[in-house]
Amino acid sequence: MTKKVEEASLAIATAVKLSRVQVCPMYPITPSTHVPEKIAEYIANGEFDATLIDVESEHSAASAFLGSVATGCRTFTATASQGLALMYEILPIISGMRFPGVMAVANRALSAPISIWNDHSDAVSTRDQGWIQLWVESSQEALDTIIQGFLISEDSKVQLPLMVNFDGFTLSHVFEPVDIPSQAEVDKFLPKFKPVFKLDVKKPMTFGPIGFPDSFMHFKKQQQNAMINALEVVKKANSSFKKSFGRSYGDGLLDLYKMTGAEYAVIGMGTLCGTAKVAIDKLRKEGKKVGLIRIRCLRPFPEKELQNAIKNLKAVAVLDRHISLGQEGPLFTDIRSAIYCNDITINSYIAGLGGMDITVSHFEKVFKDLAQGKQKGEWLF
Amino acid sequence: MQVIFMAKVTVKKKKEKFTPGAVVTEPASSLKNKTGDWRTFRPIINQEKCIKCYLCWQYCPDSAIRIDEKTGKVYVDYTYCKGCLICMHQCPAKAITKEVEKK
Repeated sequence: MTKKVEEASLAIATAVKLSRVQVCPMYPITPSTHVPEKIAEYIANGEFDATLIDVESEHSAASAFLGSVATGCRTFTATASQGLALMYEILPIISGMRFPGVMAVANRALSAPISIWNDHSDAVSTRDQGWIQLWVESSQEALDTIIQGFLISEDSKVQLPLMVNFDGFTLSHVFEPVDIPSQAEVDKFLPKFKPVFKLDVKKPMTFGPIGFPDSFMHFKKQQQNAMINALEVVKKANSSFKKSFGRSYGDGLLDLYKMTGAEYAVIGMGTLCGTAKVAIDKLRKEGKKVGLIRIRCLRPFPEKELQNAIKNLKAVAVLDRHISLGQEGPLFTDIRSAIYCNDITINSYIAGLGGMDITVSHFEKVFKDLAQGKQKGEWLF
Repeated sequence: MQVIFMAKVTVKKKKEKFTPGAVVTEPASSLKNKTGDWRTFRPIINQEKCIKCYLCWQYCPDSAIRIDEKTGKVYVDYTYCKGCLICMHQCPAKAITKEVEKK
């Protein structure tokens, strides 16, 4: 193990190398560009034995991803924002064909107005397409989650693609110390990819046939079951990762911060949680009983774990970095639905769209609202 | 219509009706899956006009034009013919005509 000062993008590229990925179809897009750049460098230097496919668009990157996994290769790609939007057509095909693999998304706002900065609108709006979605808070977690991602995604009970979401710029371009595990350590943790089915001329099979109305729904039910299985598998990967590397992120699904004895909590995803922790530390010193619930796994949604985490609270605030226009923050929708039976105030805050800063004072305001018994959230400008 | 991915497939040593990802694990499953019942028009070959150029056989997108190995005559495999009539349009001898499918 070595310690290095890395930005999340470079940490992810290193994790891809350590995971012995065989194929990387890549189409660079801001702010995910450093990922393919570093992977290309590793391959060119002879440090990484993988095939990089230069594709002509993200649609092709996702299509090549599908084809590559079909042949039984461990596959990785990275994208962001409009790139993910262009991949959208292929996303449910990859998950519907039950192809495991990992994609890193450097979360960035969707146009218009054009924005290269961070929010969660790109990935959150793909949440229904059968990809497991993990959301990370630090460069270290980004590296660790890529390695865990292959283990989860390739698990025989899961067999689904997985998205690792890391905030554009706030994480993708920020340098922080990262522990880089050795190849031997990762090899011990992550076994070789053994596909259930693969394209092989010696044993011909048909992939992607038509699903008539009498069968289509059965396949969707299978996918749903696999997604629900993933809840346990994510937890297991998190705990076995801890055994091997000494690091873990909550229970793998939720990462709780200062929730012991807390009366009020904020719920969010990604780097805004780092800012929340600073605010919580400050408020705790003032004697206020506040905490943080970080959603690490958005799909499958950890409903029971969430009910458990909030059961002793008086009120929670959900911070969405995305808005389902015409409705509300999608994370808020999920959480309110999960805790419907709990007698608790839940407020929705929309924050940080298109890279607008979320600061400690925002969290202080949110906690003040909760403590004052305010029953309605707002947009935090 | 018979659902092709219902073919015997074993996952985790247990027989499952539906394979993950709808993979069809055996080749030639179209033999079990008859598709000729979509047809609106039925191509009819007039063997007397046929000059055995086999253009219809070449152009058929579903390989539903067959050649009798003994006689060299062409015939339509109505189990798979979708009635697209490409054969009729290609035939230089105008030996293929159409009829509305009656069932």
